[in-house]
Amino acid sequence: MFKRSLADIWFDRVNMLLIVTGLAIIVYPLYFVVLASVTDPGAVQMTLFWPEKFSLEGYKKILDSDNLWVGYKNSFVYAILGTIINLCLTLPAAYALSRKDMKGRSTVMLFITFTMFFSGGLIPTYLTVKELGLLDSVWAMVIPNAVGAWNLIIARTFFQSTIPDELLEAAKIDGCSDAKFFWKMVLPLSQALIAIMVLFYGVAHWNSYFNALIYLRDQELFPLQLVLRSILIENQISNDMMTDMSSMGDQLRAAELIKYGMIIIAALPLLILYPFLQNYFVKGVMIGSIKG
Amino acid sequence: MENVNEVRQLDVPDIKRGTPLKQRASRLLKSYQLYLFVLPAVLYYVLFHYVPLYGIQIAFKNFLAFKGIAGSPWVGLEHFERFFRSFEFTKIILNTIKLSVLQLVVGFPAPIILALMLNQLMHKRFKKFVQTVIYAPHFISTVVIAGMLFLFLSPDTGMVNKLIGLFGGEPVFFMGDPDWFRPVYVLSEIWQNTGWGTIIYLAALTTISPELHESAVVDGANKFQRILHIDIPGIMPTAVILLILSTGNIMSLGFEKVYLLQTPLNLPSSEIISTYVYKTGLVGAQYSFSTAVGLFNSIINFIILITVNQIAKKASNTSLW
Repeated sequence: MFKRSLADIWFDRVNMLLIVTGLAIIVYPLYFVVLASVTDPGAVQMTLFWPEKFSLEGYKKILDSDNLWVGYKNSFVYAILGTIINLCLTLPAAYALSRKDMKGRSTVMLFITFTMFFSGGLIPTYLTVKELGLLDSVWAMVIPNAVGAWNLIIARTFFQSTIPDELLEAAKIDGCSDAKFFWKMVLPLSQALIAIMVLFYGVAHWNSYFNALIYLRDQELFPLQLVLRSILIENQISNDMMTDMSSMGDQLRAAELIKYGMIIIAALPLLILYPFLQNYFVKGVMIGSIKG
Repeated sequence: MENVNEVRQLDVPDIKRGTPLKQRASRLLKSYQLYLFVLPAVLYYVLFHYVPLYGIQIAFKNFLAFKGIAGSPWVGLEHFERFFRSFEFTKIILNTIKLSVLQLVVGFPAPIILALMLNQLMHKRFKKFVQTVIYAPHFISTVVIAGMLFLFLSPDTGMVNKLIGLFGGEPVFFMGDPDWFRPVYVLSEIWQNTGWGTIIYLAALTTISPELHESAVVDGANKFQRILHIDIPGIMPTAVILLILSTGNIMSLGFEKVYLLQTPLNLPSSEIISTYVYKTGLVGAQYSFSTAVGLFNSIINFIILITVNQIAKKASNTSLW
């Protein structure tokens, strides 16, 4: 090894200092949300690093309210159903388009990538969904975004670079059909890809509110993000959470506590999945970037 | 379990039955299956992307629900003219451009710089830890980000104003001040996405041959010089492609976050084309007018994309097509 020069030593120090500062800037707001969600409403004003007065009041109130849980349930349904549809459409298509022996595949790719740059826009898309009779139904949440062009490209690139041609030839000699080959050989070899697709599509479903905003009117169908929007941004906290509050000041502080708690509860599924999946998604973006 | 058995079966090259004719037929059947694989996705694209493209014609029509898209009467460029003449026109266009340009100028270099810095970390486990942490905000939903901003920036209870108060300053009403809308939007965008944005640059950095660095070290180059003369040229093609893509999207700024951060008070700077399209179109039910505004936006967007692509082609030999 070479001895580090003085300039390099200083470079490393400054670099480290900046990165640690950046890390703190990213982590602190997240930490603060956790902190504020477990701090007694009266004390949250002063708290910056450690809960002055620990309290689970906010979470109790959230657990008692049911419109959050309706949203939670709906979001789960949309995320799971939507992701299954996404996978069923994206993976086979991406695999077929990765096959060099498929005639007309570049035309199909062009047909698909074209839509990344040209779209009908909000109203024509809305009218189409309306025309198909999907408004105000579960299907409006899962069908209009059944395939993501970018995810399809990632999957196609993955298949191209990981499924060896020899494997296909060997299977063909044995009389294996494409469908069987895809099901029995390609999918078992593509676990990393499937994990990435589940993560990308699943997170997109879980976090989206736009489709719900334009396609849903029935409150019973609202996903979590719409419920969160009405509470966090439009300040519509239902009365059942506020019954025992006497003064306006108390109500205001309790509302803050509930909001912080809701943020945590909304993020919980992702927080749990994140550590398991994070190795995969780095790979995923890298696969996509090979083609760039 | 089933898979394993099947794989074993495939390994045994037993059966070679069937005449050549049958084989040819089965080969046809095989590619037939590949087309079946693509069919659902293609159908999806036809239904949800190409049918709406056909629907764009209502921008030149007076859309009447009972007559349908094809049956509504043509009105030519009436809706476009109305938009150009409307008093909101200049304001909305300027707001869109100002916000996107600010976002691009500040947000584009940020992940490049961060990736170059991360690339210099020698401690592998620490680097991994940093990456895990900085990717996380990307997965927070827009609604939650907006909610956090409202909570943190609230004039009487928000922690930011508490800090300002601690240093003796006057509380700032961030979300109610048009001047603060753009900084709040761009800074929170950087907070959320800079880390995630580094992935692609870190991937590009790993493709740079270590020999380049080794010989530079022999020649006495320090880290800073190596970043400047090896790393930056190495990730240039990636950066140019991403720059073209993001300038191509300069007018199609995300609706979701802007809409959530809008308050009646900051509207003078927060009303942009996409939120205007939503409000006039879906909320105000002016379908044709709003489609015209959206189409105008897409055309401008496309012109910018082509221009930037041409410039990049001439200047650096990198382009999308």
